[in-house]
Amino acid sequence: MDELRDLNTMPVPSELSNNVFVTTIDRFVSYIYNWGRKRSVWPMMFGLACCAIEMICAAASRFDIARFGSELMRPSPRQADLMIVSGTVTKKMVPQIVRLYNQMPEPKYVISMGACATGGGPFKEGYNVVSGIDKFIPVDVYVPGCPPRPEALLQGLLKLYEKIERQSVRAVPWYQRGESEAIPVPILGPDLIDPRRLPEIRARLAELRARQGSSSESSS
Amino acid sequence: MIYGLGILKGLGVTLKHFIYSYIEDVRYLFEGGRYQPRHLPARQGPRARGVFTVQYPKEKLPLPENFRYIPFLVYDTQENKIKCTSCGICAKVCPPQCIWIVRGTDPSTGRPKPEPEAFYIDATICMSCGFCAEFCPFDAIKMDHNYELSSYERYESLLFDLPRLLKPDTYHAQIHPSDWARELAEKEAEKAKKGEKAAAHTSA
Amino acid sequence: MTAPTKAKAVPRAELKGDLAVLKEKFGDAVQPAEYEGVVIANDVLLEAARFIRDELGYRYLSSLTAVDYIQEGYFEVVYHAYRLEGGGPLVFKARTPRDVATVPSLVSVWPGADFQEREAWDLMGIRFAGHPNLKRILLWEGFHGHPLRKDWKEPYYEEEHKPFSSRWPSGHHIRAEDRVFWHDNVQYPLDWDPDQVEDTSDELLYIGMGQFARAETGELVEPKSLRTERLVVNMGPQHPSTHGVFRMVVTLDGETIVRLEPVMGYLHRNHEKIGERNMYLQNMPYTDRLDYICSMSNNLGYAIAVEKLLGIRPPERAEYLRVIMAEFTRIVNHLWAIGFLLNDLGAFFTPALYAIEERELILDLFEEAAGSRMMCNYMRFGGVAHDVSDDWIARAKELVYNRLPRAIEELDRYLTHNELIKARCQGVGVLPPDLAVAYSTAGPVLRASGIPYDVRRAEPYSIYDRFDFDVAVRYNGDVYDRYLIRIDEMWQSLRILRQALDQIPKGEIQAGKKQYMIRVPAGQAYGRVENPKGELGFYIVSDGSPNPYRYHIRAPSFINLTALNEMCKGHKVADVVVILGSIDIVLGEVDR
Ligand code: SF4
Ligand code: SF4
Ligand code: SF4
Repeated sequence: MDELRDLNTMPVPSELSNNVFVTTIDRFVSYIYNWGRKRSVWPMMFGLACCAIEMICAAASRFDIARFGSELMRPSPRQADLMIVSGTVTKKMVPQIVRLYNQMPEPKYVISMGACATGGGPFKEGYNVVSGIDKFIPVDVYVPGCPPRPEALLQGLLKLYEKIERQSVRAVPWYQRGESEAIPVPILGPDLIDPRRLPEIRARLAELRARQGSSSESSS
Repeated sequence: MIYGLGILKGLGVTLKHFIYSYIEDVRYLFEGGRYQPRHLPARQGPRARGVFTVQYPKEKLPLPENFRYIPFLVYDTQENKIKCTSCGICAKVCPPQCIWIVRGTDPSTGRPKPEPEAFYIDATICMSCGFCAEFCPFDAIKMDHNYELSSYERYESLLFDLPRLLKPDTYHAQIHPSDWARELAEKEAEKAKKGEKAAAHTSA
Repeated sequence: MTAPTKAKAVPRAELKGDLAVLKEKFGDAVQPAEYEGVVIANDVLLEAARFIRDELGYRYLSSLTAVDYIQEGYFEVVYHAYRLEGGGPLVFKARTPRDVATVPSLVSVWPGADFQEREAWDLMGIRFAGHPNLKRILLWEGFHGHPLRKDWKEPYYEEEHKPFSSRWPSGHHIRAEDRVFWHDNVQYPLDWDPDQVEDTSDELLYIGMGQFARAETGELVEPKSLRTERLVVNMGPQHPSTHGVFRMVVTLDGETIVRLEPVMGYLHRNHEKIGERNMYLQNMPYTDRLDYICSMSNNLGYAIAVEKLLGIRPPERAEYLRVIMAEFTRIVNHLWAIGFLLNDLGAFFTPALYAIEERELILDLFEEAAGSRMMCNYMRFGGVAHDVSDDWIARAKELVYNRLPRAIEELDRYLTHNELIKARCQGVGVLPPDLAVAYSTAGPVLRASGIPYDVRRAEPYSIYDRFDFDVAVRYNGDVYDRYLIRIDEMWQSLRILRQALDQIPKGEIQAGKKQYMIRVPAGQAYGRVENPKGELGFYIVSDGSPNPYRYHIRAPSFINLTALNEMCKGHKVADVVVILGSIDIVLGEVDR
């Protein structure tokens, strides 16, 4: 019954608030829709580092993620609803992660598991480590810890349920008109290049060159 | 040898596991059901058989005292002060350097005073190694047992500042009973020593 | 080439025994090095290496690494070779000025040097003349610079060594991103043109594979009537069977593998660079994250290496605790490895679930003793972090005497005689003994090929010389034997555990006072332990400061992969997955 109580307190999207009838239908449909959806979030079979071991333990008999309807780890991104980024994201790996994320059908969710995926973790200072996967793909739930206990991951999953529950069918991005944009895949050049940041990189490089030039002039 | 005997034997093992889960169920039936909290240690101990699952979040595995997750700072409820003296040892020993401390200054003299002005622990970097708690000379920082920290956002909720790091020493005593007992014993010993010294002083 | 003279007066190694023989044979080309070993001139290095292998009998090249002596102006490549009969290493070194940075490759003598030389090229920028495939291995082609050089700085560079002064006393929190010029963990060279961004790192690889396939035509026995085409197929890095982010590029002839090239570095976390910034103790929790299934034994290896330099030994009780933890770890690892090998064979998850259940019980013990299930961070220099209670010992005994023997026996009954497993595993991925040695494989892979080499026996460390156990060995060198040997080793671990748990004395667990900032006397040490996956070595160079000058890890999973191509040749694609599973790699250790 918890769900029904939540339903009453669910925030109503502002553009709908003056249409009570539509709102009620929307709430009802959303409730059914989300109730069905949240109990079968299929994660992608995808492990990066140490945290992946705890993720496997969460799927094994002791913690048994099947109790939450998420035991079906899909080897293919096309069949997955949830990406658990479980471990250190390196620069060499991040293009593949973005590609996999782009291949997942909507609705899709991302749990960032562990300190590394969340913000770089203990290896943040390393030259090959990305400071948090959210620099590239949107993250829904962050689970800190190094590694998070399997229970902590399950709690993150429950937190994701809460988020799914609150989504309204009319407001979710995947039922809007037009196609959703794919995230540009990062490129490996002399260092990792985020295509979205190219203009900024250009400007900074020019700035750096100018600085270098003036300093060498003054020194000569 | 008959081909397939090995497979059959193997299937016997799975069958045994399957049957055990029911046998155990029946056994527990006479003891109030499998999921009584009092059965948890036996169900998860070295003699466990049958279904091995912990029904998180309804039941939780007991955490050993040594368990470490993210650190917290101890607040001394008796003397009403933060135990930390901002000596900086934890910030130095922290392997990924995720502790930031601003040492307090006395506004009247401008000299350092033994209390932190600000204290940050970045939980998106912390590797839960426990060195800070291990090497703090004042028992002022301890490792928390709370692992349910997930959040929708990381910039504010996973950067722990002083108010969020502080927890009363009663909580510390509750999750680390033997560590707390050691602390108390040390305090007593110190008091006794002081008393002795004072006594020696007056008698001399 | 003459070695530049060192400014500091450091002790030279005494040339005794085999080193003296080497000196006699090669005369002035062999000079005593600082602390240990000899420096061999580059022009005779190959010849000397052959002499060391064939005449002196050091057939096993354990570790190859490079050190950047920036002040003295040269790179030093350090080799550790061992005899299979046991005993200490023969340490020899080669030097090259920093601006030349070329030494002869030893791949022709020890094929096991292949990946290690590539790693030294990648991270240190030393060319190995004559190496057949000198490409970057952990980073990608096109990466700017060689990170382990002492003058290379990472984007988030803050200070040369920890502790950073910005943390205390006025440690105002600032994220590394907000501190640096690029606002991210990146840096670009000045002469780079951002308009020409094109990812070419893989092209080279694919071209290489194609060429090789063409050049190899005719080598493979194939039916002449059938016209087949070579195909280059990519597996990974996100592939359900590669045990993490590991990638293989295979050249196929029909369905048969002609050549396989492992591609790694997808989990390269810069362990060594961070390790050289850290203080000695701070590296301890980082070693947990190398082979994250066996953190306890990683701790042990590192502690032993540093203790060698410090010249201390832990008290008795701590020694026993170390052995107990290390052997429990071996069981944990082998359970995991077997579970997932079966997964790779297609036995979807049931064996793995049974294995993980037992593992969880051992992890409970670890958690109680060390505080964490996986990242134990348990060993300290000269001791261990926490003592264990009598109740802990009783529970461990319960496991060792009752539960685990039953579980292993059950696993054995469940799997060993299964005809399907036999059909898939026997005769697959065979590695003959001489190749196993040549490729520097270690651990179960080496022993399954009939070489009874176990560091616990060959060069006993800690207190392993007190226990009664056998070195498990099997002779076929195929996947099935690598499976069996893991079962055998679990039985042997139980034997050691029984003795250790029965004999463990009461007493101290830490020698001296526990310090967070230790000064280690200047010197060089190579500490190695028999990890569940093979020989784990730590090469540490100390200059007397609180931070290691060079910190290198000889990772068994990484080096075992050198032989993967050899094992897979001629098999089907489906077998690759199984063969990889039987080597049992962990990516945290492969890529570090
Ligand atoms: S957060 Fe910790 S356990 Fe997880 S991947 Fe990073 S280092 Fe490993
Ligand atoms: S927590 Fe402890 S070690 Fe850290 S600054 Fe405070 S008193 Fe010092
Ligand atoms: S637990 Fe370790 S990483 Fe975390 S704050 Fe303490 S010392 Fe730093």
